[in-house]
Amino acid sequence: MKLLPGPLRRKNGKDETKPKNGNGNGTTTALRRPNAPDKQAEEREKEANRQRLKETATEVPIAALGWIDERTGGGPFLRGFLFRKVPKGTNWYYTLGSATMFAFLSQAVTGVFLAMYYRPSATEAYASVQHINDDVFMGLLVRGMHKWGATVMVVLIFLHMGRTFFFGAYKYPRELNWIIGVVLLILTLVMALTGYLLPFDQRSFWATVVAANITGTGPIVGPYLADFLRGGAEFGATTLSRFYAIHMLLIPGLIAALIGAHLFLVAKLGTTAPPWLKAEKARDLAQEEI
Amino acid sequence: MPEPPKRKKKQSPYTADRGWVGAYEGETVTRRALFSGGAAAAGGVATAAFALPALGFALGPLFEQQNPRTWQDVGPEADFNPQSYVPKVITLSTDAGEAGKATIYVRKYDPAKDTDKLKQPYVVVSTRCAHAGCPVRYVQAAQRFICPCHGGVYDFDGKVAGGPPVRPLDRFDSKVVNGRVQVGMRFSLDSKLERHKPRDPGQHLDGLWQYLYPSRPTT
Repeated sequence: MKLLPGPLRRKNGKDETKPKNGNGNGTTTALRRPNAPDKQAEEREKEANRQRLKETATEVPIAALGWIDERTGGGPFLRGFLFRKVPKGTNWYYTLGSATMFAFLSQAVTGVFLAMYYRPSATEAYASVQHINDDVFMGLLVRGMHKWGATVMVVLIFLHMGRTFFFGAYKYPRELNWIIGVVLLILTLVMALTGYLLPFDQRSFWATVVAANITGTGPIVGPYLADFLRGGAEFGATTLSRFYAIHMLLIPGLIAALIGAHLFLVAKLGTTAPPWLKAEKARDLAQEEI
Repeated sequence: MPEPPKRKKKQSPYTADRGWVGAYEGETVTRRALFSGGAAAAGGVATAAFALPALGFALGPLFEQQNPRTWQDVGPEADFNPQSYVPKVITLSTDAGEAGKATIYVRKYDPAKDTDKLKQPYVVVSTRCAHAGCPVRYVQAAQRFICPCHGGVYDFDGKVAGGPPVRPLDRFDSKVVNGRVQVGMRFSLDSKLERHKPRDPGQHLDGLWQYLYPSRPTT
């Protein structure tokens, strides 16, 4: 059907091919010019063209998705992931994990764009952050989102952990997911620590000095760990580039990978019902008790 | 009572005798096992070839001293006296710009009053608080060093007078060359003002503590 040109496509088999001009026997009357444009036929042509365009517009994305689906077999997986069953009583608290993930995504995106203007050098870092703040178009907004988003992410991840804890959602068989979550929490805090230095103002500098010294108070290994953090005995240029690399490359990759594992387990194991929901008795069991 | 486990009969080393898949007459290892093992080993070698240098790259600074042991001039001898400290700025880290600089307090050693046996012509006190590393400030009226972060207080010699610090303020080597005072490397002190290799703030040095917080190759 769609292969036919527009004018030949007629709906419901209705015969519209009968010419509306002329006298019906192929000749024209003297009153009409022989080549007068047929307004109605033009209208029909346009309508048919619109119809054809509409059909193509709906068919193309479906065809593209089908092309991908045929080659990945991802359809059933996506359906299973997006339309999986959740227990009764699922409520807004169950969205805290996704909220944390979106906070991470926002941090990742704003962070990538901040990196376009930021210079991780001890002598230039502060000036480059001032430049982002004061000169770059919407720099204040992007940096603000990254700065405040960091706090939001830490708050959300703790709320998410609290929800999991108080709902008992860490119990069998979800212990591994709890462990992955704890690692994600630690990595998030490492991000907060390393990101704190990057503006390289007085607060960043002294906070990092104190953080490295607190690390150093661990017995026996502490002094070496502090050296590892600073990249030497003294706080220097190495410290900043080291923190930048950890903040930019190392931890985000780990977090992204672990979020993948976390989500996989959530989809695989399903979520728990809230603890105040009593388990429903099987109907025949309930009958027996009566 | 359960039977004591019988010693296993020694198995034949030949794959053919043990009935393995892919067994071949006279072989002790199947080809499949050899190739799987070989592939895994090759992968391991390839991974180690980039992972170990990368790890060494990250850990290298732990084992080397980056800042050379240099002497820094802080002024003529006439600038200093035994009664009060004079603040001076020296460079601790050469490539970090302003962040690599630090304030020190300098006074002349007073043989009549000072009791330490450090044999330094000048008392050069680091401003790095021995608690968490915040910068201390010398207050002449009280003859005390005071830390703004957590309330650490040190007396005129840099000994702990109050608050959370675990040891006296660190000091620097000093010497006089052609009438000018020069400042060298930092060193740490225990509560008896005895000299130790430099430690980070927060690390005790008295008695057995010094072994819990070992000196590192970087200092």
